Amino acid sequence: MTSVIPPDRALEESPPGTGDGTAALPPTARRRGGRRALLPTWSPKLGIGLGLVVAIALFGLIGPLFTGDPDTIRNIGLTPPSGEHLLGTTQTGQDVLAQLVHATRGSLQIGLLVGVMATALSALFGIIGGYAGGFADEAFSLFSNVMLVIPGLPLVIVISGFVPADQRGSWTIAVVLAITGWAAAARVLRAQTLSLRGRDYVAAARVAGEKPWRVICVEILPNLLPLLASQFVFSVIAAILNEAGLSFLGLGASNSSTLGTMLYFAQNGFALQREAWWWFAPPGVVIAAFGCGLALINFSLDEIINPRLREAGRRRRAAAKAGRDTERVTRSTAA
Amino acid sequence: MTTLEVRDLVKDFTLRSGLRRSRLRAVHRVGFTLVPGRTVALVGASGSGKSTVARMIARLEKPTSGAITAVDSAGRRVEDPRYRDHVQMVFQDPFASLNPFHSVEHHIARPLLLHGRSRGRDETRERVAQLLERVSLPAAAVMDRRPHELSGGQRQRVAIARALAPGAQVVVADEPVSMLDVSSRLGVLNLLARLQREDDLAVLYITHDLATARHFSDDILVMNRGRVVERGPADDVILGPRHPYTQLLAAAAPDPELRGRLGSAEPEPETASDRDHLTYDHFAGRWIDVDAEGTDAAAA
Amino acid sequence: MTNDIAPAAARPAAGNTPPEAVLTVRDLNVVYRTDPPVHAVKDVSLTLNRGEILGLAGESGCGKSTLAYAVNRLHEWPAEVTSGSVTFHDRDGGDLDLLALRDEELRRFRWAKLSMVFQGAMSALNPVISVRAQLEDVLTTHRPGMSRQERRERCAEVLRLVGVEPRRMHSFPHELSGGMRQRVMIAMALLLDPQVMIMDEPTTALDVLVQRGILREILRLRDRLGFAVVFITHDLPLLLELSDRIAVMLRGEIVEYDTAETIHRRPRHPYTRTLLDSFPSLTGDRGAFLRTGAAARSDAPGEEDAR
Repeated sequence: MTSVIPPDRALEESPPGTGDGTAALPPTARRRGGRRALLPTWSPKLGIGLGLVVAIALFGLIGPLFTGDPDTIRNIGLTPPSGEHLLGTTQTGQDVLAQLVHATRGSLQIGLLVGVMATALSALFGIIGGYAGGFADEAFSLFSNVMLVIPGLPLVIVISGFVPADQRGSWTIAVVLAITGWAAAARVLRAQTLSLRGRDYVAAARVAGEKPWRVICVEILPNLLPLLASQFVFSVIAAILNEAGLSFLGLGASNSSTLGTMLYFAQNGFALQREAWWWFAPPGVVIAAFGCGLALINFSLDEIINPRLREAGRRRRAAAKAGRDTERVTRSTAA
Repeated sequence: MTTLEVRDLVKDFTLRSGLRRSRLRAVHRVGFTLVPGRTVALVGASGSGKSTVARMIARLEKPTSGAITAVDSAGRRVEDPRYRDHVQMVFQDPFASLNPFHSVEHHIARPLLLHGRSRGRDETRERVAQLLERVSLPAAAVMDRRPHELSGGQRQRVAIARALAPGAQVVVADEPVSMLDVSSRLGVLNLLARLQREDDLAVLYITHDLATARHFSDDILVMNRGRVVERGPADDVILGPRHPYTQLLAAAAPDPELRGRLGSAEPEPETASDRDHLTYDHFAGRWIDVDAEGTDAAAA
Repeated sequence: MTNDIAPAAARPAAGNTPPEAVLTVRDLNVVYRTDPPVHAVKDVSLTLNRGEILGLAGESGCGKSTLAYAVNRLHEWPAEVTSGSVTFHDRDGGDLDLLALRDEELRRFRWAKLSMVFQGAMSALNPVISVRAQLEDVLTTHRPGMSRQERRERCAEVLRLVGVEPRRMHSFPHELSGGMRQRVMIAMALLLDPQVMIMDEPTTALDVLVQRGILREILRLRDRLGFAVVFITHDLPLLLELSDRIAVMLRGEIVEYDTAETIHRRPRHPYTRTLLDSFPSLTGDRGAFLRTGAAARSDAPGEEDAR
C-alpha cells in the first residue's frame, strides 16, 4: 500500500508541522506574547487615564519652573482668579497656582514613595512567604493578616501624632503610610504565588537546578508583574488620598506642601464660608483627576491579569460593529 | 554511563482535615534499577503513586524512606550537587512546564549555563541550536519564540531538549505524551527512543497507556495503590498478565478487535484481594511478597 | 490474546428495521468571527439514526466540539452558523428545524429531546449545590407540573440507571470520585428521556478502568432506552470498539464517514490511517512503532485484511 501521506516521515519523528497537528509555525510571526503581553492593549480608557496622569505629573514637575515662590505673601488677600494670578490668591495673598503646582509635586512624591515601599513590602511578605511555604508562610501570612485588620487611618493618626511635629518630614509620613498599606496587596500576591509555585515550569526550573531566589525572580516574578503594577498603581492612589486626609487633619508632613496641606490651610482660612472656591477647588480637582487617571490605568492592567475582561470588551466592540453592519444591510435592502 | 537504583522507596503524605491528621501511603516499597540504553515503564491508573515516584527521583519530593542512588560509569556514587546533571525529568503537560514569559532559548540556555556546559552568549546560542536540531525542531525559527506560539508536540520537544541540556543520562518521562494530540504522540515517543539510542540514556517512562508502555519499554512495572503488583519484560507482562490488577488494566484498554464485547453482559473481573500484597515477578517466574523478602526481589 | 473473536454482528442498533434518522445535519458551516475569521466547521453533513452511536473523531482544534455545540445551538458569540440546516426528527413525528427555533422553543427543546454530557464533570456541575438539587432543578424547569414526590422518584430512578446509589444524591460534586461525577452527568442528561445525547469527551479525564465502566453503562442504557449518541473523542480505538458509525474530522471537514467496521478494516483517507497508526495495538505487532528501528509502517493497514 503506497499511502498518500509521506509514510515514515509522518510518524517517525515528524518534522514539526506534519505530525504535530498544527500547520508548521503560525505565519503571523510576532503575536502578542511574553514580554509584550505585559503591555496593556490600547483602549480609550487607558488613553484617558494615561493622559490625565501624564498631564498632572508634568504639571507638578515642570510647573514650579514657571511659577514664583508659593510662599510669597502679598497684601492682596483672597482675590478671585485674574490675569495676574490665574487661580487667584489665598487669604495671605499667596498665589494659588504656584501653591497648587508645588503641592502637586509634593503629593506625587509621597504617592510614589509610598507606592514603591508598599509594593516592595507586599512583594517581600507575599511572594517570599507564598513560595517558601511552611513556617515562613504561616508567620508572614499571620503578620499580614494582623496588619490587615488593624484599622489603617486611626493607626496612622496615632503614629503621626506620636512623632513630634518638627520631625514629621515627608519621609516619615511615607513610611507610616507604607507600613499600614501593604497588607492587602501581600495577601493577593501570596495567593497568586501559591498558584504559580505549583506550576510545572517552576518544578522544571527546580529540576534544572535553579536556586530558589532565581526561581522567584526569573520564573515567578515576571508572571506577577501585571499584578504588581496594578497593586502599585492602587497604592499610589491610596497613599495620595491618605496623605491628603492626614494633612487635612493637620497631621501631615510639617515641612512640605501637598494637596492635603493646601486643603488644610483653605479650611483654616474659612475658604468655604468666604466662597473662595479658587482656593479649595483646584487641589480637590487635581486629587480627583489623578485618582481617576490611575484608576483607569488600573482597569487596563486588570485586563492583562484577567484576559476574560479583555475578551468581553472585544466582544462588545465587535457586536456593536456587527450591529451597525446588519443595520446598514437592512436599511439598504429596505431601500 | 549512569545507572539509577531505587530501593525500598516509601512516601507518606500527611492529610489534614480540620484538626485531624491522617497518613496516606502513596508509594510503598518500590524498587527498580534503571540501566543505560533500557527503558522501564511504570504503569498504573491515576492515583497509583507512579507520578510520586517520578517526582521523588527528580528530587521534587523527599522520600519518607528508601534510597535513590545514581552511580556513574566509574562506579562512583553521584553526590548531591551533581545529581541534577545526571537525572532530568520531562513533565506531562508541555503547556504548563514551559514558562509563558520566557523564550524557547531561555528554557534551554539556563540549564546549559547552570551546569557549566557552555560559556558566553554565542556559545550558548550555538549549543541551544544544536539541542533544538537534535529534537527535530528548526532552531532558527523556534529559538526566539515563546511557548504559546508552538504546538503541543513542539513544546514537548523543547521540554525534552531542556532535559538533555545538562547532559542527563537518566531521563524520567512522566506521561510525556498524554496531553498531546494523538498524531504527534508517536513522533515524540520515537524521538525519545532515538535520543535514547544515540546517548545510551536510561529512561523511566511513566504512563497509564499499556499499549505504548509495551512498545516503548523493555521492562514494565505495574503499580496499584502505591505497590508494584507485577514486574517483568514488557511483552510478558502485557501478553501474559498474572496479577488480577494487570489483567483488569489490560482488559480495560480499548481494543477494536474486541468490538461488541461491551454490549454483551461482560462479567466484571473481580479485584482479587488475596494477592494485593504480592508481586508477580516475570523474571523469577513466581509470586513474591516484597514485604517479606525485602530488597532482593526489588532489584530487578 | 483473543483476536479471533467474531466481529460483532448483531448490534441492537443495526436491527432488522431500516434505520430511521433522528438528527440530520446538512452542509453546516460554522465560522468564528475573529480576525481573521476561522472556518471551524466546513460543509458538514451527518445523519444520526435512532439508537445509533455515532463517533466523532478528530484532534484538538478540528472543529468536533464546535460542531456539537452548534447542533445544540450552544455556540457562543464569535462562533456563528453561516449556512446549513440541522433537523431533528421527533419520535412523535414532525420535524424541527433547530436553527430556526426561537429562544423559548429552544430552551424547551434542549435537554428534553437532546441533552449533552460535557468533558469536565467538575466544571459542569455546580460545586456548592447538592447533586439532588441540581437534578431536580432540571425537572422543575422542564416539567413544572411534577410533584415533589415524583421529582424525587425520578431523580432516584435515573441515578439507579447509571449505577449510582440514590442515597448518594445528597452529596456535593466534590465528594464524588471522577467516575461517579461523570455518571451523575449522564444521569442528568437522561432525566428527561432525550432521544439524542451528545457526549463531548466524557471519559478523557478518567483512567482506563473507570472509562471502561462508563462506556459499558452508556451501551447498556442505549440498548435499554434507545437514545442515539454522538460520542466525541480523539481516541479512535475506543470509537472503533464502541460506535456504529464514525465520522473523522480534520480541519473542520469530515474526511471519512463510514461504519466502524469499515474504518477499522479499510480506512480510505490517509488521515484516518495516520490516526489509527498513532495508537499502537496492545496485543498486536509493533506496526508503526519504530523503537527497534525497523520501519514496518506500510504493512499496518494490509495486515488486518489478511486476517
